[in-house]
Amino acid sequence: MSWFRRKLRKLTTTGTERTQIPEGFWIKCAGCKEIIYRKEVDSNDRICPKCEYHFSISVDERISLTCDVGSFVEWSANLTSGDPLVFKDTIRYRERVKRAQKKTGRNDAMVIGEARILGWPAVVGVMDFTFLGGSMGSVVGEKITRAAERAIERRVPLILFSASGGARMQEGILSLMQMAKTSAAIARMGERNLPYISVMTDPTFGGVAASYSMLGDINIAEPGALIGFAGPRVIEQTIKQKLPEGFQHSEFLLEHGMLDLIVHRKQMRETLGRLLTFFGFKEAQPVA
Amino acid sequence: MNRHYLDFEKPLAELHEQIEKLRSGSEEGGPGNQKELDRLAHKVRAFEEEVYDKLTPWQQTQLARHPERPSMLEYVEQFVEDFVQLHGDRAFRDDPAMVGGLGRIGNREVVLLGHQKGRNLKTRVIRNFGMAHPEGYRKALRLMQFAERFGKPLVCFIDTPGAYPGLGAEERGQSEAIARNLLVMSRLKVPVVVVVIGEGGSGGALAVGVGDRILILEHSIYSVISPEGCAAILWKDGSKAPMAAEALKITARDLLELGVVDEILPEPLGGSHRDMTRMSRTIRDALVRHLTELEKLDPLERVELRYKKFCKMGIFEE
Repeated sequence: MSWFRRKLRKLTTTGTERTQIPEGFWIKCAGCKEIIYRKEVDSNDRICPKCEYHFSISVDERISLTCDVGSFVEWSANLTSGDPLVFKDTIRYRERVKRAQKKTGRNDAMVIGEARILGWPAVVGVMDFTFLGGSMGSVVGEKITRAAERAIERRVPLILFSASGGARMQEGILSLMQMAKTSAAIARMGERNLPYISVMTDPTFGGVAASYSMLGDINIAEPGALIGFAGPRVIEQTIKQKLPEGFQHSEFLLEHGMLDLIVHRKQMRETLGRLLTFFGFKEAQPVA
Repeated sequence: MNRHYLDFEKPLAELHEQIEKLRSGSEEGGPGNQKELDRLAHKVRAFEEEVYDKLTPWQQTQLARHPERPSMLEYVEQFVEDFVQLHGDRAFRDDPAMVGGLGRIGNREVVLLGHQKGRNLKTRVIRNFGMAHPEGYRKALRLMQFAERFGKPLVCFIDTPGAYPGLGAEERGQSEAIARNLLVMSRLKVPVVVVVIGEGGSGGALAVGVGDRILILEHSIYSVISPEGCAAILWKDGSKAPMAAEALKITARDLLELGVVDEILPEPLGGSHRDMTRMSRTIRDALVRHLTELEKLDPLERVELRYKKFCKMGIFEE
């Protein structure tokens, strides 16, 4: 049956290539590899109806799934990135940011604001992975810091949804320093006994994982989310062996003690509501 | 001595070789010979002044990673009295890539910690080339809290390619370990002085780098990602590292301009390994000067200033 065999060894299709079917009517689930009707996924909060794989969702979808209707009020939406290094790779960093802004309709990879969840007030932040891979530069760092400071000022809990590849290389060392800045802001909340809930979604890596994402008083993740410090490819190259099945998935992190709980997207609002009830911060302090 | 020459130091290697030959070739040393020696010595001097003054970011990177570059423990030996090294994170193991302990600088007791690369192949492997695992960061955390409890200033040395990207490191929570250190360091009430003595590699460096003062040796670097890693991502070509080194602004001068470091400590011509005694004295004097200044502040004020210092880092428009 030699005519069934590929004559050339080069003719192989990698797994990642196969799952990247352009998003049309049908999409291939990255979890179970089944072809599923896109609308069916969309109407199911972007969860695969067959295997419960959580597809990424937009910031707006996240807010409407989490916060009480119409309660979210955004701040600092105008913050835009500078270009401290005058960085240029294949294109200029300024141009890269502009394109991302055009694509997402947002100024940077983070949205912060105040909202209510099942009636409980909270400061809520959501990262936008579609904006330069959710990378953390000066704007993301500043917004998280402002969110924490506002939570202190208003005496309400803080909830941050992460989705990020890590620090934004194009802002160089300043992006690294955002790790220190945001962690310091979270530390100040802790000193004032204000709760911070971190929700990690697919994917959360690098400098974001290694700063505010892992610092929740409660660490939550969505099912099947990839979370870690180093990316799987880097690790494979370093240790020169294949990584075990399920490595860096939420379930792996829960097993190794890095998470408090894994929460299904459909139960997120209710779970957050229950946690906020426990902390009992009923009303936000008026803005001074 | 068998010196290690970097690629851009090759002319220097040749000059040194010539000098060596002349010296060993003629024990009597006629007047012509001496003249030639003087001429070569002059050339060496001219070459050094020319090259080390105008190092490219990539050359700085090479110097920062120089195999003979003094490590934390060597400096500690030079200027810390009654040093007692402490070990272990009390949970998993003692990470040789991160070292620390107690000692005295002048008349002041301090807690010291930092990355430790090895000095030869064997110790480099044992110390994992200065790439710490979570237990290393947790050992550092223990020392930070130790300093806090006994009210002693903390001195941290940065010299690492980065946190180790491995299976066990992920299992044991590399991200959490780094994040926890950032959180705790940012609120320490004791003075914290950080010195970047070699390579400041990303989160693995920052995990012991949240201080009131950040000092850097002249030929050290500090970066969000290694030039090789950056080049691999942006240009899909690790060999473009020199370009990435330039673009990332990782040299001491760049970092001072960006407000990430407070002071550059000058190195002996050719790098700290050329005169470790002098380098040690420079570091020691700077530490004493900064600690004296910091000790004048009220602890809470110091914490607030540290917070403000890091809050200021970042450039955005509104």
